[in-house]
Amino acid sequence: MSLSRWKLAFLAIAGLLLGPALSLSAQAETPKKGGILKFVVPDEPPSFDGHRETTFALIHPIAPFYSVLIRVNPDDPSAPDFVCDLCTEMPKPTDGGKTFTFKIRKGVKFHDGSPLTAKDVNASFQRIIFPPEGVQSARKAQFTMVESVSAPDDETVVFKLKYPSGAFLPALASPYHFIYSKAVLDKDQHWYEKNVMGSGPFIFDGREAGAVIRGKRNPNYYHAGQPYLDGFEAIFAKKESLRVQAIRGDQAAIEFRGFPPKSRDDLVAALGKDITVQESNWNCVLIVTPNSRKKPFDDVRVRKALTLAVDRWAGSRDLSKIAIVKAVGGIVFPGHPLAATDKELEQLAGYSHDIAASREKAKQLLKEAGVPDLKFTLSNRAVDQPYTIVGTWLIDQWRQVGITATQKMEPTGPFYATLEHGAFDAALEFNCQSVVNPLADTAKFLPNAGDQYGGFKDDESIKLFDAMNRTADVAEQRRLMRAYEKRTLDEEVHNFITLWWYRIIPHRSYVKGWKISPSHYLNQDLANVWLDK
Amino acid sequence: MIWQFIIRNPLGAAGALIVVVMIAMAIFAEEVTRYDPLANNFGDMLSPPSVDYWLGTDQYGRDQFTRIVFGARTALLVGFASAFIGATLGLVLGVASAYFGGWFDLIFQRVMDVLMAFPLIILALAVVSIFGTGTLNVIFAITIPFIPRCARVVRSSALAVREMPYIDAARACGFSHGRIVLRHMVPNVMAPYLIIMTAAVGQAILIEASLSYLGLGVQEPTPAWGLMLRGGAEDYAESAPWVAIFPGIAISLAVFGFNLFGDSLRDWLDPKMKV
Amino acid sequence: MAFYIAKRLLLMIPTLFGAAVLVFVLMHLIPGDICMLRLAGGGSSLDPKVLQACRTELGLDQPMISQFMVFLKGLVTFDLGTSMWTGRPVIEEVVLRFQLSLQVAIMATLTAIAIAIPLGTISAVKHNTWIDYIVRGFSIAGVAMPSFWLGILIILGILITSKAWFGSPWMPPIKYVPIWVDPIYNLSMLIWPALATGYRYSAVATRMTRSAMLEVLREDYVRTARAKGLFRKLIVRRHALRNALLPVITVIGIEFAFLIGGLVVTEQVFNLNGLGKLFVESVSNNDYTMTQALVMLVVAIFAFTNLAVDVIYAWLDPRIRVNR
Repeated sequence: MSLSRWKLAFLAIAGLLLGPALSLSAQAETPKKGGILKFVVPDEPPSFDGHRETTFALIHPIAPFYSVLIRVNPDDPSAPDFVCDLCTEMPKPTDGGKTFTFKIRKGVKFHDGSPLTAKDVNASFQRIIFPPEGVQSARKAQFTMVESVSAPDDETVVFKLKYPSGAFLPALASPYHFIYSKAVLDKDQHWYEKNVMGSGPFIFDGREAGAVIRGKRNPNYYHAGQPYLDGFEAIFAKKESLRVQAIRGDQAAIEFRGFPPKSRDDLVAALGKDITVQESNWNCVLIVTPNSRKKPFDDVRVRKALTLAVDRWAGSRDLSKIAIVKAVGGIVFPGHPLAATDKELEQLAGYSHDIAASREKAKQLLKEAGVPDLKFTLSNRAVDQPYTIVGTWLIDQWRQVGITATQKMEPTGPFYATLEHGAFDAALEFNCQSVVNPLADTAKFLPNAGDQYGGFKDDESIKLFDAMNRTADVAEQRRLMRAYEKRTLDEEVHNFITLWWYRIIPHRSYVKGWKISPSHYLNQDLANVWLDK
Repeated sequence: MIWQFIIRNPLGAAGALIVVVMIAMAIFAEEVTRYDPLANNFGDMLSPPSVDYWLGTDQYGRDQFTRIVFGARTALLVGFASAFIGATLGLVLGVASAYFGGWFDLIFQRVMDVLMAFPLIILALAVVSIFGTGTLNVIFAITIPFIPRCARVVRSSALAVREMPYIDAARACGFSHGRIVLRHMVPNVMAPYLIIMTAAVGQAILIEASLSYLGLGVQEPTPAWGLMLRGGAEDYAESAPWVAIFPGIAISLAVFGFNLFGDSLRDWLDPKMKV
Repeated sequence: MAFYIAKRLLLMIPTLFGAAVLVFVLMHLIPGDICMLRLAGGGSSLDPKVLQACRTELGLDQPMISQFMVFLKGLVTFDLGTSMWTGRPVIEEVVLRFQLSLQVAIMATLTAIAIAIPLGTISAVKHNTWIDYIVRGFSIAGVAMPSFWLGILIILGILITSKAWFGSPWMPPIKYVPIWVDPIYNLSMLIWPALATGYRYSAVATRMTRSAMLEVLREDYVRTARAKGLFRKLIVRRHALRNALLPVITVIGIEFAFLIGGLVVTEQVFNLNGLGKLFVESVSNNDYTMTQALVMLVVAIFAFTNLAVDVIYAWLDPRIRVNR
């Protein structure tokens, strides 16, 4: 019941936003068959095991080989509701929202010819939710509400929850939950780390270390008529300028992560109608985390001064020209029903349109705290887009209230070691999730979250978060979310938000069928992609 | 004497001029330009070269000319410090190793082999990964791999010198090791030392640029030439070529100047040339 | 000679051991580990229990000494192990990349030799004339230009000229194909980085050839030859060049070994999937096994190249006694 209200609210907003896009897809052309899609991927995946990895570099080349239980709608991936992949219809929860019973499609075959049944789905989710000793399941913690998974027969999978939770279905729809073969898992739980054998639209067709992963068409795919492509080539290219040029020179047709605005403009200027641009807000956000263990950042006045000095509205205007950031927002994905409106945002420290007044206040607070000319080091990740650019911008923002910050850039490994050991003054870090699911996504701001590095204690915010997750009433969720947000960003300033990311995908116009979503993790099985050549 | 140098080494004089201009730029940076190298100005982002911005602006709207002028400070500091320390330690170790020979040379050679076998930029990269980025760490990172390189070149020259009759003569006269090394061997390997050291200044500027380009050297918003070529410069090279071209010219010119100067200085100072 | 080579081969053992210790210590000094990177690097929520499981699986929770013994045992048995990042055998990861780096290195060396020896010789013979100045300017510029900048300019140049000439922009292939499979495709990809590095490399070698020639031309035997009235060309070719080649060979030898492992920056610019790029990625991934294996590989290549250089050295210059 609560879910349907959710959906209604979603659909109202999504309808407004996506109306034009939907009507466009309504008059879509008939897909042509054949061709190899070449796309560039910024990184090579570590292993091939989706259950274990957390990077988009795994999703882009590997997701086309696998089926999942449920997913976002491939033809409308920005829509908030989920559709079946392997199940036959989205189940209505029973037992007061605590039991979900999925019926599994018949006649689905793995690439080795063996049939896929509910037993395989069950074995895969057992591995994800209750991993055996020695198996790393990266998203296990998102399933704390699950009590059991079972497959009473070959066509049925049942999830039983400990309590009803709005976070369950979004967690289930994560694109990483590949369905593996039970027979293979029974023999070796680690087999899938180095090998690929799924039931998805494409069959693994080889890898060249560091260079490329190939897939060829699965002729026995269960979604009728799909896939349209004969195959794909995922080409790894670390450097952004080269990826852009690869698309210019038609060495690749698309890159699925996102390009900076200037590169989009250059591509459009050079190629005109041969380039199509898709854009979307991105479910990733850059966060500044002051180290609350350390003087003077243990003083809330100092932390507040830091956020007050930042002119987000002007930053959005300026940085959206050179970096992959744009939307001003709070802790919730902008545009989501649970997100703060602009009016509500303006009540928070650092979101006022009167930046002069905010900066006066910041100077005042710094003086009161006894550090009128504060000097510190901003720890940042040595990645240009968007970290370095936003970090450099922040330093200039702080300079305007008399704060001198220097930037310490570290490669990802040392950077996270710095965070883990609390060896920083303030850090620019990020939160990046796949399915838009604020109830789970905002766990990042809890004092006891695995990836909270601020080093503070706050029982109040834990209380607010728990209450929010245990109520099914959307209005109540929204009220609690505001309180949680106010506490995090304004009263205590445990962390503060800079800008949300903005996803820009300029691709060759002959690539059809692919639709942008708010996450570079979503909708990448390529079954509905075709080439108009 | 200066005049004589210019007449006989027009290239060297040109190099010297570049070096002098660069040093002057570094010292008087605040007087040379009216812009703040750090202030963002998104209104004038990526402007082409003009009367206001002689060399255009970068993606943050900062004046490129200003950042190149201030960048000379970073380049010179890193260049001089690492070249001098590295080459001098290399000289001492290389000559000593050649002169003493035997076990000392053998062990020393093995240690140098190990260090040499690490490509220079890789060793620098490892050092920066361990100690973090920043100017001092970059100097340290560049100095370490210089030492074995200088030592090796010096040693191979010193080996030839050791075979010279006058060293035998000096030994026969019963001179002390110290005296033979300092008076007879070191002067005769000054040429490779000097050529290595002046080249090292240039090379250090290059490595600093490379490390900064890889994101492992000096960090934003500090003005540094290699850093200016990173990120935006490559992304926007086509529509805003000034961002990709001018810092590269600054690096090349500086290294060119030091090398030219060093080369001529060597030709000029080499004792054998006066024979 | 055989005794000398055997002795040198034995001497490599301590070098390799020293390199093993050094790389092990360096890698473990770098803060952070591969598990944190893999689990937190994507920005999604981090589960501390999973982090612990990952560390246990890779043996990162073992004491340093036992980690080192595992590494050493692998080296002695010629087992380079598996990459911590991909979980695949190091050999499998290296083979393709090695081919690419080796080819670029060879192409760059050939470019360098073809340019350096004639230019260096002529510059020395025509010492202090305008020819000398031009050659010196050319070679010093080669050393002065950062190769990554040259790379950026080459790519920019290709894009602009191809657009001007053919109407649509062309860029070199971004995917490596071995030269025996498709030579034209292969060369159209690798010629650019080979030129970018070869130019710089030739500059170093030209300078060395020139200064070595200058020195040799002043030697007594050259003056004697000249006094005997021998033709200038003959003197240069038979007497001077042969002796001047000694330091030049050293430089080419050293630079060659450097090229294989150290195409680091060029490979970044051209996005070449070679050893240099793998190296940078492995270091930044905290992939101990991969980095250690790569270092050992480069050190071994380097040691063998050095040996080869010394043998040629001895062969060219009988004054240097190999059994010394």
